[in-house]
Amino acid sequence: MLDALRSPQSVLVLGASSDIAQATVAALARRGRLDRVVLAGRPGPRRDAAVQKATSEVGRRGVVRALDFDATRPDEHEAVVAEAFADGDVDVVLLAFGVLPDAATAAAPDAAAAVVTTNFTGAVSALTASAARLRAQGHGTMVVLSSVAGERPRRSNYLYGATKAGLDAFATGLGDDLAGTGVEVVVVRPGFVRTSMTAGLGPAPLSVDASDVAEAVVAAVGGGTRTVWVPGALRLVMSVLRHLPRAVFRRLPI
Amino acid sequence: MNTGTQRLSGWGRANTSPALVSHEESTAAVAALVRSAAAGGLPRGILARGLGRSYGDAALNAGGRVVRTDRLTAIGDVQPDGTVEVGSGVSIAELLRHVVPRGWFVPVTPGTGHVTLGGAVAADVHGKNHHREGSVGRHVVRLQLVDGTGEVRTVSPGDPAYGAVVGGMGLSGIVTKVTLRLRPISSATLTVRTTRTADLDATMSALQEADRTHRYTVAWLDTLAKGSGLGRAVLTAGDHTTSGEAPRGGVPVGGGHSTAGEPASSIAYSPGRSLPAPPWVPSALLSPTTMRAFNEAYFRAAPARPRVTTESIASFFHPLDVVRGWNRMYGRPGFLQHQFAVADPQCLRAVLELFSRERVPGFLAVLKRFGPSSGLPLSFPTAGWTLATDVPASPQLGPVLDRADELVASYGGRLYLAKDSRMRPELLPAMYPDLDHWRQERALLDPHHLFVSDLSRRLHLC
Repeated sequence: MLDALRSPQSVLVLGASSDIAQATVAALARRGRLDRVVLAGRPGPRRDAAVQKATSEVGRRGVVRALDFDATRPDEHEAVVAEAFADGDVDVVLLAFGVLPDAATAAAPDAAAAVVTTNFTGAVSALTASAARLRAQGHGTMVVLSSVAGERPRRSNYLYGATKAGLDAFATGLGDDLAGTGVEVVVVRPGFVRTSMTAGLGPAPLSVDASDVAEAVVAAVGGGTRTVWVPGALRLVMSVLRHLPRAVFRRLPI
Repeated sequence: MNTGTQRLSGWGRANTSPALVSHEESTAAVAALVRSAAAGGLPRGILARGLGRSYGDAALNAGGRVVRTDRLTAIGDVQPDGTVEVGSGVSIAELLRHVVPRGWFVPVTPGTGHVTLGGAVAADVHGKNHHREGSVGRHVVRLQLVDGTGEVRTVSPGDPAYGAVVGGMGLSGIVTKVTLRLRPISSATLTVRTTRTADLDATMSALQEADRTHRYTVAWLDTLAKGSGLGRAVLTAGDHTTSGEAPRGGVPVGGGHSTAGEPASSIAYSPGRSLPAPPWVPSALLSPTTMRAFNEAYFRAAPARPRVTTESIASFFHPLDVVRGWNRMYGRPGFLQHQFAVADPQCLRAVLELFSRERVPGFLAVLKRFGPSSGLPLSFPTAGWTLATDVPASPQLGPVLDRADELVASYGGRLYLAKDSRMRPELLPAMYPDLDHWRQERALLDPHHLFVSDLSRRLHLC
């Protein structure tokens, strides 16, 4: 349960190897009540490292468990989520998986569709399965990592932006559908986050670290269904960019 | 029985969750509901809820069933021996209204009259007379309980089940009737001695002294006072006005006690009209600076030399009930109450020093001495001191409250589950050493594990 100071006791991470997810687990653990962490993701050294890191963060009181989860296998998602809820209520579900395609991927029909399967289709099935569980338990927060890229797709990044736009719309609508059930959906729209996913790209203005996103997530848990921009100034920046004429927008060096 | 999903919250309004709420009309209806739950009908379990005065999540059951006791409100005749059988949904205020004119008084009343007898039993509540008369469980003659199989049982002091139910936070079954032994009074007023003390040593010795000579004692303490003023307090000590005295405003009883029928005297319990609280107070007013000013003003308003006054039952026992919905004043984030009990005064001093040093924005805190423990496994009061402090539900206060809890646990003290909304679950076994015994007795009453609350989930109680 979330306590009166909005500190959660249990978290399910979908996308265990995500840097933002790992930073968020660390930030939740610092609130001092986290005692169950379920890390769902593809097996491998990155997930193993995440398990080890979370184990040291939750300390003696905590239990950390890894579950095999493949975003591209929606038919398996219900069973994975059920497994995560089998040990008790889950206070926070963090949807953190996603891929950032390069230009070659975006140009190849099969590869481009596979990005949509991971970032959007897989997210839809994982969130739908999680929402049903949370609705039944009558409480919980779904944190969905969207992106500022979904707000207005850029020519350099339109495939990723399109998947995040779909995810953002889905999660926003789902949050409103869950109003009154005790379940809240927090849609997080970070700007450029310096992580292993963005390594090698030149950092954009207003870029942040994974820990900044994590702090924003922790602050939002328990505060009701909402959209969170990281950094907060992006909300204003994007409300300007959103209204630029397309002919101007496509010429911007972003 | 009018069932619907409602968003419920604790009195502090910082813990909330939705539940399917129903209002059962009788013990038989409660038993039928529990039997259907036992047959697998209610996967998220079931919990009774009275007037929702527990501060945290004790009366919440997220996604589950909540049975309101507000239709279980029958009040029986007072028997010649002072016992009375009442529905568990009857509040202390309603019972007082009924029995005070007949010359009887509820033996234990907490700081609000808007607590049901069912809730009072579940939390084994205490009042300003704990040093003399213990908690409410000492005055219960018998309980009617619907256990986790839907069986209706009678539970009496001395039964193994008694310790599972009294103080058991509603997790051992649904109490539907309470038979309580009342105490006779000869007036509806109290003679109250008010004095103020300069520091913690003076407050503690004044409380100890007052406990020897007065039935009801309590101190309102300024948790934001610094240095030599730490622990300064306004102390009140009261006793039921006896017919030998000449109370101002109170009318003594003429003709002994009445059991049934019409009241034999003109004494009455009148809580007066309650005034609504302002819907919200700007959060700036809840800062340490303004709270310190308020606490200072309260302290200054108390007489430097002891003063004796006559007060009504309502104003002496339930002063906050005059302000309806005062819990809304902390705004949307809500507030919490931190209440602990500990034997060692060093611990009390250490916690007060911590709160003062960290500028914990507490309104007037309540300090009281407890008499001996009831010995029931989850009953809160233990011999020594208890301090209750209201603070805003601000995440920034988490670490300092955790440090206070660790201090309390290290001195063998404990937190009050009816107030708790945020403690670390791992401190619970140290604070309640008989926890496992309680779990065993509870499991016998609830073999299907039907009774559950957000509190029990959060603290892994059962």
